[in-house]
Amino acid sequence: MSSLSVDPSKRRFLVTMTSAVGGVAALGVATPFVMSMLPSARAKAAGAPIEVDLSKVEPGMQLAVEWRGKPVWVVNRTKEMLDSLATNDPRLTDAASENASQQPDYCQNPTRSIKPQYLIVVGICTHLGCSPSYRSEVAPADLGPDWVGGWFCPCHGSRFDLAARVFNGSPAPTNLVIPPHKYLSDTRVLIGDDQGAAA
Amino acid sequence: MEKLMNWVDERFPLTSSYKAHLSEYFAPKNFNFWYFFGSLALLVLVIQIVSGIFLTMHYKPDAALAFASVEYIMRDVDYGWLIRYIHSTGASMFFVVVYLHMFRGVIYGSYRQPRELIWIFGVIIYLVLMGEAFMGYLLPWGQMSYWGAQVIINLFSAVPFIGGALSEWIRGDYVIGDATLNRFFAFHVIALPMVLLGLVAAHLVALHEVGSNNPDGVEIKKLKGADGHPLDGIPFHPYYTVKDILGVVVFLIVFASIVFFAPEMGGYFLEFNNFVPADSLKTPEHIAPVWYFTPYYAILRAIPPIFGSQFPGVAAMGIAVMIFFALPWLDRSPVKSIRYRGPKFKIALTLFVIAFIGLGILGVLPSTPLYTVISQILSGVYFAFFLLMPWYTKNDTTKPVPERVTQ
Repeated sequence: MSSLSVDPSKRRFLVTMTSAVGGVAALGVATPFVMSMLPSARAKAAGAPIEVDLSKVEPGMQLAVEWRGKPVWVVNRTKEMLDSLATNDPRLTDAASENASQQPDYCQNPTRSIKPQYLIVVGICTHLGCSPSYRSEVAPADLGPDWVGGWFCPCHGSRFDLAARVFNGSPAPTNLVIPPHKYLSDTRVLIGDDQGAAA
Repeated sequence: MEKLMNWVDERFPLTSSYKAHLSEYFAPKNFNFWYFFGSLALLVLVIQIVSGIFLTMHYKPDAALAFASVEYIMRDVDYGWLIRYIHSTGASMFFVVVYLHMFRGVIYGSYRQPRELIWIFGVIIYLVLMGEAFMGYLLPWGQMSYWGAQVIINLFSAVPFIGGALSEWIRGDYVIGDATLNRFFAFHVIALPMVLLGLVAAHLVALHEVGSNNPDGVEIKKLKGADGHPLDGIPFHPYYTVKDILGVVVFLIVFASIVFFAPEMGGYFLEFNNFVPADSLKTPEHIAPVWYFTPYYAILRAIPPIFGSQFPGVAAMGIAVMIFFALPWLDRSPVKSIRYRGPKFKIALTLFVIAFIGLGILGVLPSTPLYTVISQILSGVYFAFFLLMPWYTKNDTTKPVPERVTQ
């Protein structure tokens, strides 16, 4: 009888099949462990919109509020600040805010805001996630004579103007993100929700 | 006693393992100063595991409690300050010892054939160690912990297409938070230490299979005496165990001096900003990673964004670490040790050391246009050392290698 001799091709087939099926099973078992590391249902549910009273923000001042664990800045820009914006245009990467993922449609304008006076922006650098410092003074020693106010990221030196647009040569690739927001009244704004807002 | 040993040996290879790895493991007789750092790395690993176990008894991996629990260890737990300072000093000393150990491998060609796998296991150990150090640094939940982790995790979001999802998966949240701290704790105290122990075992098994290299880069196994032992080999125990004990004593003097007199090391071992609790709304004025990461951090900052993507900088940083894997195959020199190499290699290595230390210094400084240019030049030197290695090692004028080890 040939039952004592080994059929190597049959053996190889069985080894390959067992390994393949075992590999698929291992992948299947790994899935729940990998998925368990994704943001949990609680983390997804957090992040309700927040309401901010704009009357608390003095002209030229910045207020930082927390939304979804991130800093959101509310800046009351003075007339001089708004006038200075256009002077930055030639030195900006995306002066016209053409990158649509960085702001809602209704903020794609020269001031990147609904009301020119108030800038509402997520204070996280688009480079590596530091929170830039508000530097509203004009031409300070460390930022050079061309500086007309804006943000400077202490981590890697990215610079943004007072419409949170990034300057050429910064490590940050894009302008800062404008969050969805809408005005509930003249002085109250809701950050994180723009449903039914007049665009 | 002998009966007991026989009883054990019939069930477990105790005597034969002792002989194979200690009393009859023949190491070259010409080991010098540079050969202390392997055994010292093992010592620091033990120090870190023991001090770490005692820290976990008091630490709370919870974003609301972590910072306070570290202060509690420092102030209220008996000798808690000592255990924590041992652990934090151990982290930095681990990298001191490992960098010197790697440098030894480079100057004496210890990564060359037939020791490529020892080197590869070593580089993986280095990578895991970086992960271990990075995750451990988040646990005190200070400002530097928080913003350092923010920057490093955001590196992953620079990966094209999957980056955003990848960084969310790493954080377990849309921002660094409790979920991140909790999982980093799990990796830091269980997952990575276990991986590290396995890799260290593989590193040593591979080493004892091929035998140690030496400052002359001569294979001692080629010439054996009548007893079958290498002519230039001496048993690891007692000769090198005694030598290593001397190294341990000197190392512990240095270690204890740091722990007791300068545990913060002027802000380089424990950064000042980390004594401020994590605040997700405010980045410290100046952030820099701990000193052992700064060369790579400087490379990251040196590369400007290309086509509106920061990925090239991130990739350069990753390649700067990964390129160590290729070292055994980049080196085409006919000799192993720097003692018999020519001037080209010596110049290249000197430039590399200058670049590595220079990048390390630039990595802690704030970024200015001048520093960025210097970082770019030094990054170029760093990569040139590896990428041009096949040419300058091949064409170098080498000296003849002796048959036996010298001295």
